[in-house]
Amino acid sequence: MNNNVIFGINGPVITIKGPTEFKMMEMVHVGEENLVGEIIGITDDYTTVQVYEETTGLKPGDPITGTGNPMNVLLGPGILDNMFDGIERPLKAIEKQSGAFINRGSKVDNLDSDKLWDVTMKVKPGDKLSAGEIYATIPETRIIEHRLMVPPAISGEITEVMPDGQYKLFDTVARIKDEYGNIHDLTLCQKWPIRYSRPIEQRLSTNVPLITGQRTMDTMFPIAKGGTAAIPGGFGTGKTMNQHQLAKWSDADIIVYVGCGERGNEMSQVLEEFSGLVDPKSGRPMTDRTVLIANTSNMPVAAREASIYTGITLAEYYRDMGYDVAIMADSTSRWAEALREISGRLEEMPAEEGFPAYLPSRLAEFYERAGRVKTLSHDNGSVTIIGAVSPQGADFSEPVTQNTKRFTRVFWALDKALAYARHYPAINWMDSYSEYFNDLDPWFNEHLGSDFVECRNRFSTILQEESALMEIVKLIGSDVLPDDQKLVIETAKVIRVGFLQQNAFHKEDTYVPLEKQLKMMQVILHLYDKSKEVIAKEIPISKLLALGIFDKLTKIKYDIPNDKLEMFDDYNKEIDEKIDSIL
Amino acid sequence: MLIDYVGVKEINGSLIVIDGVKGVSNEEIVDIRLDNGTVRQGRVVQIEGERIVVQVFEGTRNISLVNAKVRLSGHPMEQALSPEIIGRVLDGAGRPADGLGEIFPEKSRNINGTPINPVSRVYPTNYINTGISTIDTLMTLIRGQKLPIFSGSGMKHNDLAVQIVRQARISGATEDNFCVVFAAMGVQKDVAEYFRKSFEESGVLSHVVMLLNLSSDPIIERTLTPRCALTIAEYLAFDLDMHVLVIMTDMTSYAEALREFSSSKGEIPGRKGYPGYLYSDLASIYERAGMIKGHEGSVTQIPILTMPNDDITHPIPDLTGYITEGQITLDRALQGQGYYPPVAVLPSLSRLMKDGIGEGFTRADHQPLANQLFASYAKVIDARSLASVIGEEELSPIDKKYMEFGKLFETRFVNQGFTEDRDITESLDLGWELLSTLPRSELDRVDDELLDKYYKG
Repeated sequence: MNNNVIFGINGPVITIKGPTEFKMMEMVHVGEENLVGEIIGITDDYTTVQVYEETTGLKPGDPITGTGNPMNVLLGPGILDNMFDGIERPLKAIEKQSGAFINRGSKVDNLDSDKLWDVTMKVKPGDKLSAGEIYATIPETRIIEHRLMVPPAISGEITEVMPDGQYKLFDTVARIKDEYGNIHDLTLCQKWPIRYSRPIEQRLSTNVPLITGQRTMDTMFPIAKGGTAAIPGGFGTGKTMNQHQLAKWSDADIIVYVGCGERGNEMSQVLEEFSGLVDPKSGRPMTDRTVLIANTSNMPVAAREASIYTGITLAEYYRDMGYDVAIMADSTSRWAEALREISGRLEEMPAEEGFPAYLPSRLAEFYERAGRVKTLSHDNGSVTIIGAVSPQGADFSEPVTQNTKRFTRVFWALDKALAYARHYPAINWMDSYSEYFNDLDPWFNEHLGSDFVECRNRFSTILQEESALMEIVKLIGSDVLPDDQKLVIETAKVIRVGFLQQNAFHKEDTYVPLEKQLKMMQVILHLYDKSKEVIAKEIPISKLLALGIFDKLTKIKYDIPNDKLEMFDDYNKEIDEKIDSIL
Repeated sequence: MLIDYVGVKEINGSLIVIDGVKGVSNEEIVDIRLDNGTVRQGRVVQIEGERIVVQVFEGTRNISLVNAKVRLSGHPMEQALSPEIIGRVLDGAGRPADGLGEIFPEKSRNINGTPINPVSRVYPTNYINTGISTIDTLMTLIRGQKLPIFSGSGMKHNDLAVQIVRQARISGATEDNFCVVFAAMGVQKDVAEYFRKSFEESGVLSHVVMLLNLSSDPIIERTLTPRCALTIAEYLAFDLDMHVLVIMTDMTSYAEALREFSSSKGEIPGRKGYPGYLYSDLASIYERAGMIKGHEGSVTQIPILTMPNDDITHPIPDLTGYITEGQITLDRALQGQGYYPPVAVLPSLSRLMKDGIGEGFTRADHQPLANQLFASYAKVIDARSLASVIGEEELSPIDKKYMEFGKLFETRFVNQGFTEDRDITESLDLGWELLSTLPRSELDRVDDELLDKYYKG
């Protein structure tokens, strides 16, 4: 059995000569240090292995041993408030073992197997359980209850149940007898192969919005729970900043943040910031609901490829417990580049820009794992995917952006010109779109009244009109425009500066509840409508602007605290009074 | 096992193929002895059974199929390290080149390094005062950051780098624990000499380690230079607790060397012929900046790259920008008007700035002021493009105000002497002074409290 040895080495790709008994996508251990690898190609002559760690120092003749299983992750309590590398190795444990620099071949447990968890059993002997149903719960962090589910593919009758109490990860807490009479031990954990999506009972329609507290996202281009979104943008346009804001403020129960081929300092920032931040709903640190997967750009490229799948598998696991999970992947372009790099080493025929021809199907597979579902435990859960895309040269026509566009339904296009002018979030309101309007509008109508959708539509009309007018202004200046068009430009300016622009570092403005977003829209539109009356009476617009009310509205986001919405009445009154004074 | 393998199977560019090699490990260093007595070094880059591909650092000139003997060293490429390395001049592969003899190694480390564990990193928050208004105010350099200078041929990036080294005041750094690692890749001799002389004049030369791979030196060696430099920098920072500023110039030459190597290996090219792994490769260099918990020292990187044809979307600046924490972009038009340093404010950025400035670091008004300067200057650019169509005369009064502000901003704020060292307070006050030439209602990024305090219009 163990006669498989290294024949060739080319970067992270290793070949074994001759036919082997390995299965496609099987996880293997390479060399004396047991580096983790995966079988990615089998022919009569050669078997190809992709290694998830540095291959420096490996020799032809070093052994390769199979594990018999595909690349999988361990699922159980201890995932939250933790930080893993691309193949679910906890970085804190690696630090304890090998210091500040990551040595390869680190042998650490994926999850802490010595920690005692408070287990409350939810079943008794004789209960019939099918796959995915819950048999016990554990308070994993102070806000998240971990629900232990019967692993998929097992169902039957509970034969034995341990008393409530403290157990370790691999302790058996119950036994289940399947229809063939086989007895299975149920522990606190289970394994799942990362490249397969976890089973569900049924898909549900995506008709509940993911509320982010970010005005441009919530109001103009909303995303549904269980939806997919792409944030493309050149460097410096704020992809990471937007992802951080979403991770901090969106109303998902669990956040999985995948730093895929990005900066190390950024990950330490996330770690630091999140542990200092308090979740407004629970009053607990953000880290209590967050899992971080950090495979920074200088960590092995093959593990970067796997990190996206590890992330989505963890997300699906929590979804199956009935939670709303949001996964941020920053950045999917680095993942695509990892695919390209490995494909190049395999000497596959490249398609566009050197990317492999299967790039679109891999992207589709990934985004398809999002969704709002009825879980096997008969609960509702969702996985929302928000993927950042880093197009080369900020050119959205490159393959990763284009293919991502096909499989995501919200497109938050970040714009360099806006970023240069420090308009953040630099989401270009002309290029971005959301396909969830039809799904979500009923929800908005029900919870906020029909005004919300109406205001949003009027906002986009004004912005559209402004954009057309700006074409003219660019050629001949704004002085020649008639006053009603000037009013559109002035109103659009209030919308852009006062509403779309949002200051992530301002304590009131970093998160804005939907009610305030609605009120802000209403007051701006009220001003617009009143101003139209002024223009209709042929009073020059300069007189209107001299009232200072336009400038005042641009600062509403700072001046009205999130919990003092009644102050909007004063603003409306002021608009009426001031404008009546010149009418 | 000191076996000499005689004879080469194939020679292609800087690569040689040798057959029948046993016991070789990936990335191992080999010595290649020619029959005229010269010895070159190479590195194993690919293994297929007993057939290995070796990259020869000094190039394959004069190697024939029969005149070379190859000997395995048994270890990967390592850099000799010792405290005495400070003040030395090394070649592009980290070997002494100043005639002062070998470095007696206290330690040897693999030049590829190992990635810093993200949980062990300290998030950098201490700013470095460079004394340059644009950089300090608008794209603050932070200790442990990697902030490249995007420049073009013929622009004053070298002067800027020298000025930063001379004026940098790093918190926690004293004369004894501050040093500079300077890596030259494919630069001309006079450029290297200019740096040496400038370091000497400013009295830091005894704290500088120089690695020189000049434009006439072997190209393959160039792919090692930044790695040797950073191995030294990491040693100085994390073993000897020093604050290290790493200047690497020119990253474009480095990337071109990598492209040459990749194409001779027959790899499938990505954009503009650069290898598909250019991003990962550059990341393995740039990511070696930072600070680590439990260590005093820090590695701050200022890579310099000349953008081919001043094109910021070229793969090298593009991928660099995705890895580094911002960039300082230089502009040819500004330089043409005689402004120094010609920092193009709008496309420049420091990602770590927000947590290293403000109350307790610089001044509470720093971030809003910077936002306002960026926003106002962006409007200057709009006004200028409008003026170029309809003429300056036809502009609205407010646009004319912006034109004036733009002129003042460039002549007084951007423009600064090569030896002029402006304190951060001085720079911030100057920013407010210039903003005060605009009507107060135009300043929409600053709240009233700050305007009351600083606006003097």
